[in-house]
Amino acid sequence: MYPLIFPLALAGILFSIGVVGFLIRKNAIIVFMSLELMFNAANLVFITFANYFQNVNGQVIVIFIMTTAAAEVAVGLALIVSIFRSRHSISVDDLNKLKG
Amino acid sequence: MESGQYLNLVPWVVFMPVTGLVINLLFGKRFGETFSGVVGSLASGLSFIVSVLVAIGLAAHPEAAIVTLGEWITIGALQVHWAFRVDTLSVVMMLVVSGVGTLIHIYSIGYMHSDVRHNGDPERFTRFFVYLNLFIASMMTLVSADNFVMMFVGWEGVGLCSYLLIGFWFEKGKNGTGNAEAAKKAFITNRIGDFGLLIAMFMIFKYFGSFQFDTVFGQAAQVAQAHPGAMLAITLFMLLGVTGKSAQIPLFVWLPDAMAGPTPVSALIHAATMVTAGVYLVARSSAFYSLVPTAQTVVMWIGGLTAFFAATIAIGQYDIKKVLAYSTISQLGFMVAAVGMGATVAGMFHLVTHAFFKGLLFLAAGSVIQGVERGLHHAHGAGDLDPQDMRNMGGLRKVMPVTFWVYLIGGLALSGIVPLAGFFSKDEILAAAYHGQPALFILLVISAFMTAFYMGRQLVMVFFGKPRSAAAEGASESPKVMTIPLIILAGLSIIGGALNLPGVHTLEHWLSHTLGEGEPAKFIWLVAGLSLVLALAGLGLGWLVYSGKLNKAEDPDPMKSKLGPVFTGMEHKWWVDEFYQALILNPYKAFSEFMANPVDLGVIDRIGGGLAAGARSASEGLSKIQNGFVRSYALWMLIGLVAIMTYLILK
Repeated sequence: MYPLIFPLALAGILFSIGVVGFLIRKNAIIVFMSLELMFNAANLVFITFANYFQNVNGQVIVIFIMTTAAAEVAVGLALIVSIFRSRHSISVDDLNKLKG
Repeated sequence: MESGQYLNLVPWVVFMPVTGLVINLLFGKRFGETFSGVVGSLASGLSFIVSVLVAIGLAAHPEAAIVTLGEWITIGALQVHWAFRVDTLSVVMMLVVSGVGTLIHIYSIGYMHSDVRHNGDPERFTRFFVYLNLFIASMMTLVSADNFVMMFVGWEGVGLCSYLLIGFWFEKGKNGTGNAEAAKKAFITNRIGDFGLLIAMFMIFKYFGSFQFDTVFGQAAQVAQAHPGAMLAITLFMLLGVTGKSAQIPLFVWLPDAMAGPTPVSALIHAATMVTAGVYLVARSSAFYSLVPTAQTVVMWIGGLTAFFAATIAIGQYDIKKVLAYSTISQLGFMVAAVGMGATVAGMFHLVTHAFFKGLLFLAAGSVIQGVERGLHHAHGAGDLDPQDMRNMGGLRKVMPVTFWVYLIGGLALSGIVPLAGFFSKDEILAAAYHGQPALFILLVISAFMTAFYMGRQLVMVFFGKPRSAAAEGASESPKVMTIPLIILAGLSIIGGALNLPGVHTLEHWLSHTLGEGEPAKFIWLVAGLSLVLALAGLGLGWLVYSGKLNKAEDPDPMKSKLGPVFTGMEHKWWVDEFYQALILNPYKAFSEFMANPVDLGVIDRIGGGLAAGARSASEGLSKIQNGFVRSYALWMLIGLVAIMTYLILK
């Protein structure tokens, strides 16, 4: 058995990469991918603890998250395609019309 | 129907004029002048017939009856009913209001016919009768109320009608706003009085727990014993209301200006009925006043001083209606003095006879004014001559014989010549004063003398001598619709004294059912003789001073050289208006100015504006955060999340 800290550290690293990527990248596709990284970091934590406590609940939730994420990606990509058609750009910095 | 059941008809004294005014409002314009006039007069006349029926019913059952139509206000202990009170006092007022009112309605058909044409707006004829009916309805509500709140409704209603009718030609008058200003002045001055009445009513509710007359007056003795200060305050605040409505010192200034209204209005509202509401109020509340001698003394002296003061001003006036206005104030002073002395019956008696002869005098003055207006029209191009200025009149006796005779009767009745109405009623007041108040007696006797003098002066200036203008020369008699009511009123002025003849005391017995048995006023030969001699002397002096002295309109008043500065004071109404202007209005305006500019604009607006500007700049600063960049929102989310997590972990 490997120590618990390994998968958790991996999840932390993955999540941090996702956060930084989400914050600094302009390309909407990359932003999406960063988002997925954060999701999967969370999934990894679930799985780890499910295994650790010998409890199936964590695995069930991971299945749910993956399903939701798939749906969300479909919607998100559709939105990005639609934005690209109207604005000829997928840079998130160009999407700044909603402001006070 | 048995006569006792007539009492249940009493709500119709109010509903008849209301019906009339509704009909006139809906159809008056469509069917023309005659229709409006007849409907208005009929409404008032039916109200009079109902009053007569109620009086007949009451004669059989002289104790008071209360006719309740419904509940009006019920809040906790406060219960106010829409109720009519039929007792001998209220019926006397009903008869006077609807009786004299009906005659004035009929007269108005003729008067307003030419008045609306003279002022160039015949469309307004119907409106006049609507207002008059509204006035009769309000006045009937006032006198027939069974509690202070209903009475107050009528009290305010007549005030409103007074305002509407003084300002009937609101676009006319001095600088095009004169009439509107006069109406405003009457309304605002009355508000001051009404404030007093309201305070009195609130205190009555506090100490008596009711507004109903029987309940309140029944407890008067206990409350007077337990809270003498409260009773004094109630009576004095009520007196403030009386001075407003009945034009007594210090609030009399509105009544002379109220002459801006058409003359029938002056006769109906500002001589015969509304202004006597104050006298009625004191008579109605005599149960209070008899328990508070201090208040009685104050009421008595206010009345006496007003009677004297207004009589002096009446001597120096040139406007035919202004003389009568000050005369009305003076006569109201007599009545207030009488009710203040506790001689309530004498006051009510004078109220009734005064309604006859002063209504007559005003209507006759209206006839004179229109006669002169016709003369003016006839002599076209006589310049802008004032048809109300007595200096422009003279010699009207020959061209307006009917008006002259009725005016003479009214004038003699007012002066107190035996056996006309004014003699008996004024004598009763003087006799009451002679009994207990020698100082007041002297004041009233002098006022009575001056009354005769200014009536003599007016009669000479208007009707005798030679015409002093082309308008007076060409004047002509008024139509029958005007002169017949005048003749009826003249008849009433002659026989009105029979209501309460010495030794018979019809009115005294009639009112004793409501006011309680009092000692009937004694007829004192000395007082009667003195007042008659003084009345004759006053009239004679007026004749001597004025007859043949005025030949041209520009001639100075002969009294001017005799009295000098005193007459100048009379001419200028003793500068009371100017005095109020300087003492109250100017400081008030300065205070308003101060409150408006430095206080409101400088302080209050700055606080409000500062708050608004602060909120605006704060939200402008906060809105910077919403920059539209998704990444920055995500950063804020991250920071927030980290902050919350840190807090949860370190807690």
